[in-house]
Amino acid sequence: MITLNAKIPAGNISEKWDNYKFSAKLVNPANRRKYNIIMVGSGLAGASAAAALGELGYNVSCFCYQDSPRRAHSIAAQGGINAAKNYKNDGDSVYRLFFDTVKGGDFRAREANVYRLAEVSNAIIDQCVAQGVPFAREYGGLLDNRSFGGAQVSRTFYARGQTGQQLLLGAYSALNRQIAAGTVKMYNRHEMLDLVVEEGRAVGIITRNMVTGAIERWAADAVLLGTGGYSNAYFLSTNAAGCNVTAAYRTYLRGAGFANPCYTQIHPTCIPQHGDQQSKLTLMSESLRNDGRVWVPKSKETAEKIRKGQLNPADVAEGDRDYYLERKYPSFGNLAPRDISSRSAKEACDDGRGIAHNEGGNGVFLDFADSINRLGKAKIAERYGNLFDMYECITGDNAYQTPMQIYPALHYTMGGLWVDYKLMTTIPGCFALGECNFSDHGANRLGASALMQGLADGYFVIPYTLGDYLAGDLGLANAGKAKTDMKAFAEVEKSVKDRTERLLSVKGKRSARSFHKDLGHIMWEYAGMARNEEGLKKAINLIPQLREEFWKNVNVTGVGAELNQELERAGRVADFLEFGELLCRDALDRKESCGGHFRVESQTPDGEAKRDDEQFCNVSVWESQGQDKAPVKHVENLEFEYCKLAVRSYK
Amino acid sequence: MNLTLKVWRQKNKESEGKLVAYEIKDISPDTSFLEMLDILNEQLVEQNVDPVAFDHDCREGICGMCSLVINGIPHGKEKLNTVCQLHMRHFKDGQTITIEPWRAKPLPVIRDLVVDRTALEIIQQAGGYISVNTGAVPDANSIPVSKDVAEWAMDAAACIGCGACVAACKNASAMLFTAAKVAQLNSLPQGKAEKDRRTLAMVEAMDAAGFGNCTNFGECEAVCPKGIKLDMIAQLNRDYAVAAAKRVFSRAPTATVS
Repeated sequence: MITLNAKIPAGNISEKWDNYKFSAKLVNPANRRKYNIIMVGSGLAGASAAAALGELGYNVSCFCYQDSPRRAHSIAAQGGINAAKNYKNDGDSVYRLFFDTVKGGDFRAREANVYRLAEVSNAIIDQCVAQGVPFAREYGGLLDNRSFGGAQVSRTFYARGQTGQQLLLGAYSALNRQIAAGTVKMYNRHEMLDLVVEEGRAVGIITRNMVTGAIERWAADAVLLGTGGYSNAYFLSTNAAGCNVTAAYRTYLRGAGFANPCYTQIHPTCIPQHGDQQSKLTLMSESLRNDGRVWVPKSKETAEKIRKGQLNPADVAEGDRDYYLERKYPSFGNLAPRDISSRSAKEACDDGRGIAHNEGGNGVFLDFADSINRLGKAKIAERYGNLFDMYECITGDNAYQTPMQIYPALHYTMGGLWVDYKLMTTIPGCFALGECNFSDHGANRLGASALMQGLADGYFVIPYTLGDYLAGDLGLANAGKAKTDMKAFAEVEKSVKDRTERLLSVKGKRSARSFHKDLGHIMWEYAGMARNEEGLKKAINLIPQLREEFWKNVNVTGVGAELNQELERAGRVADFLEFGELLCRDALDRKESCGGHFRVESQTPDGEAKRDDEQFCNVSVWESQGQDKAPVKHVENLEFEYCKLAVRSYK
Repeated sequence: MNLTLKVWRQKNKESEGKLVAYEIKDISPDTSFLEMLDILNEQLVEQNVDPVAFDHDCREGICGMCSLVINGIPHGKEKLNTVCQLHMRHFKDGQTITIEPWRAKPLPVIRDLVVDRTALEIIQQAGGYISVNTGAVPDANSIPVSKDVAEWAMDAAACIGCGACVAACKNASAMLFTAAKVAQLNSLPQGKAEKDRRTLAMVEAMDAAGFGNCTNFGECEAVCPKGIKLDMIAQLNRDYAVAAAKRVFSRAPTATVS
């Protein structure tokens, strides 16, 4: 039975982190190399943590499933990274970033964690610049900023439309320096398949070497997960093809609480789906909404003509267009937060006014004509050139001439492993960083905050909190004592091997991918942008049926002891088939609407999300009772001492 | 669209490979090249044949994982494109398409179309960084960088590390790949302090890994999905010449390489 203690330090919100750092136990520099640390994942959180811990002198092993740490999906983040530098003199501050993030998350995040995030945000920018990250500059040589959704100040730092790439390559370079120095050992093409827990403590992991197929044991004094989100439960998402929930889900099965799995973010500006053969959706940075105006025709007839290619959108008269975000949310307009923008697009399309040439007409315009007239094509090209190129490459359309078409897609997941203030899960010694934890974004993440959180956790939080655990709870006497010959390793390794064998032995008729697609349909249909009790119950009924069929009829070709991409996929899909059900259960249980979780039953008369603070001002934390039993829910109550609970209005 | 695919099949590093032909039908022109391979693999799994192994991940042209030679050209003939962003509308109905892995001695094939790019990692580890520890840095705006320098550094930093430049080069040279990182870091004021050391170390690592020399044919630039220019190689050559000369003529600590 897990107990939830967030261990929030005492003091005023602005003093908590300082108080904690002062009270945290320290590991003497000479003793650090005695501790073995495992870092799973090499994205912003993983690479920055591995590098920072290596610099401190810990003995770090870092694992990733790609052929290089540089390929983690953080690389695909486009828009930018927030920081409270107030370089624009427009009224920004740590407190405002903190407040915006709590409000943006619809009052479902933990205040103390969010404040810390805002507090360290400035140091992240300093760090990245020193590493050589080529942020955009003004002519005077100083850093440029732009605006992003959910904020009325300009606090977003960016590197063209590829900020995630540049930040990750910065962290990767720091990681490379440590690999060269010998403090970090990097294991590429290794996938974590299970967590090893002995006497209630995380002592290591089991991986599969994806080249040889060898199942291997790794022992450590602490296991850190930076394994990202679970958007791919929906099959079609903006995540990389390999992104999966296996590491986090297996950790949950080993006893870690999983918090708020129903908090998923559907990003408003993705390229609409083209057809059945599609394997993923591509996101266009939300920064485009700075200069693009979102609209659909006012009438269904006009929309139909556009869908059929009988009418050029540029020929639709101004008065016949519905700039619905500007109309409904005049003060934030096209920069309304992601959940609100996404739902508004769905409403317009459900109303028959969608303009994309696909089933359901699911698409709306993002129009740059006004900005091009005002600023000139060159300025727009400078700001978004690569995004326009990418759009043309995928769709064949030139967005300088004809408006872009966009539609929401699954993009980010705010839910994740429950962690305390120190980023430790409910399993001592097992920590979760970045997207794979739940703590900072509440029910909705604001743009340019994911990069901030990943790097905050890796560079500036875990170096302190891990030391506190190692010197305190674990103790110097236990340093380096976790060994692969512990009893638990043999058991967990056997269960991993058995599972692999089981996957290979079904020899049915269908590919794992086809099951994944079916799961995606269920998830999108019943646990997508708008959820209701009936649909969620249906999903909770359908998913186990699909899972049963999977284990009877999946066909995994080849053998275990080789590079076998079908086997990799089958293992991930098998976990999604279990995890998807947990997500739906959580969505069913949370009867309120909040942020990205919209329950049709809980809305205001004008169709906005309606929270229920009486019942749900809390974190739902699920504890596994074994694979075939319903999980048990625990609750962490959230207190809003500084950001007073209010209706989140962007009108 | 109906197509004939001739795909390189190779069981593992040690075994010999060969091109195997497959027929594939009803492909939509809006499908991406990798989605087309997904469909082929679905068919192979149904027939209980091992599907074609290929590297891919983000499928939006930024992670650098995908690495196919299509009809003899790394990433295919569309300019400034990765395979994952190549769409079937650029092919003709009935066409035969040959799909091979990167071919370069330092990047050996592991299976089918998957290659081992560890050698590229080793070059980065040799010096592709600025030596700053976390937290020990000045305020970001205390280091002004002129806009043109920042833009140049960004042009260089856009490299996705796919290795197409090596695959396209008749010498299997990794000069463009190495130069991109050197040019980024050496141009910025933050990176000047260890410029010489970095340049020498990365070039030596490149040579040691078995990559060939650059003979200025420019095939690398032609296939680079991110438009990295030969100018970067020019800067690398210049910086290398200066660093090597300093090493010969000076005993300054910056000129020594471990």
